[in-house]
Amino acid sequence: MTWLCDFWRSSVGGKLTMAVTGVLLFLFVVGHLLGNLQLFSEPEHLADYAKLLHREPALLWAVRCVLGGALLLHVVTGIRLARQNRAARPVKYQKEEILVASFASRSMLLTGLTTLGFVVYHLLHFTAGVVHGAGAAKAGKFDGFDVHTMVVRSFENPSIALAYVGFMVVLFFHLAHGIQSFVQTLGLNHARYTPVIRRLSVVVAGLLAGGNILLPLSVLSGIVKVAP
Amino acid sequence: MKVTLHIWRQSKPSTKDDFAQDGKMVRYELDHVSNDMSFLEMLDVLNEQLIKKGEEPVTFDHDCREGICGTCGVVVNGEPHGPESGTTTCQLHMRSFKDGAEIWVEPWRAAAFPVIKDLMVDRTALDRIVQAGAFVSVNTGAPQDANALPVPKADADKAFDAAACIGCGACVAACKNASSMLFVGAKVSHFVHLPQGRVERETRARNLVAAMDKEGFGNCTNQYECEAACPKDIPVRVIADLNREYLRAKVREEPANTKRIGGDG
Repeated sequence: MTWLCDFWRSSVGGKLTMAVTGVLLFLFVVGHLLGNLQLFSEPEHLADYAKLLHREPALLWAVRCVLGGALLLHVVTGIRLARQNRAARPVKYQKEEILVASFASRSMLLTGLTTLGFVVYHLLHFTAGVVHGAGAAKAGKFDGFDVHTMVVRSFENPSIALAYVGFMVVLFFHLAHGIQSFVQTLGLNHARYTPVIRRLSVVVAGLLAGGNILLPLSVLSGIVKVAP
Repeated sequence: MKVTLHIWRQSKPSTKDDFAQDGKMVRYELDHVSNDMSFLEMLDVLNEQLIKKGEEPVTFDHDCREGICGTCGVVVNGEPHGPESGTTTCQLHMRSFKDGAEIWVEPWRAAAFPVIKDLMVDRTALDRIVQAGAFVSVNTGAPQDANALPVPKADADKAFDAAACIGCGACVAACKNASSMLFVGAKVSHFVHLPQGRVERETRARNLVAAMDKEGFGNCTNQYECEAACPKDIPVRVIADLNREYLRAKVREEPANTKRIGGDG
């Protein structure tokens, strides 16, 4: 245990913690989007998918615990590293010049904390169903798994839909730096692949955020409607 | 040419509680600056004028003035070692600036690099990291035959890329987090690609990271400012090497009380 604590407390160990938990959370975002895209399919399909996820409560809670643990570690370690980074430069430069660092890389703490806020809101909204009356909208059909109606009813409200779009733009910036960052931190750097990975990082972040943005926008534009 | 300088003047050394002390930017006008002067020669001229006027000259570090020793180094207009890439401050020339330019000159700014005076900082933190294991601890006898230990050219090149580090600390100065991971990565990468260095790779990775953390440097967030500022163009690949080596070393680390049949000897 002390071994693990020493590892976590070290600078490189802290970075590796950020990378490993980051990979887990990234994979979750990929899977979550693939599941969500079923909004464009029949409402029954989305309900069946939701039922499938809830079929084995033990498995569901195991996955939730792993993801929750990863998120907690990611946030706690990130804040610890950021505090150390702030302390490492007690006097700021009078004239500062950014040589190569991207906007995304310089705003990781801000985009990360914003995304954390979004995750809490999103869980209260669609998972717990306690805000915007989402729980009631879900209870109607398909044995209480009417995810389609729940999502569409929420995103018909322009302020909710635009808030989700905004949060996804923030997530884009976090992932645009995060993806290539965890590859580097895990010790993978190669003259041929690294330049590709750095570009791919932005593309994949764009696809993930863009895919998620598609959902509220298609409801707002009336492409996806509540089934009659 | 004529330049306007804004130079950080700090008469007392930094302490933990008061890092900046009486430090402030002071404005100087300097005329008749030659294009061919190095940046440090320009500061020499300024200092001669200050001495003539009975003022305290600007303190700055320098030694070889050939771009190889790693002693000089100031932040010029927000860039460590100034605007030319792959260049130390002493090899930066005034032709890199326009006539009438305003130039801001500041010391390396990091908690681990306390200011001694003006632009001179204490970089012994880097020496202490080197002392923690950035070397090969074998008894050196007579030199062995050059080809007795074959090293593939690709490995030798990787080791040399890292060995080019002159320990000036520009990576720390450039990093938004004042992290020294490019420096430490260079030390780890320098040895791990060579058979002589591989013997102690695990203890080295563990000890160097522990020493680095003790000095109060920040943590790398992969922004790669260090690589851009490094006068020796050390690639951030060495930081990936460091991360990998540290992970490997920690995973393979045995408990301190592990019993050995042969005893401690």
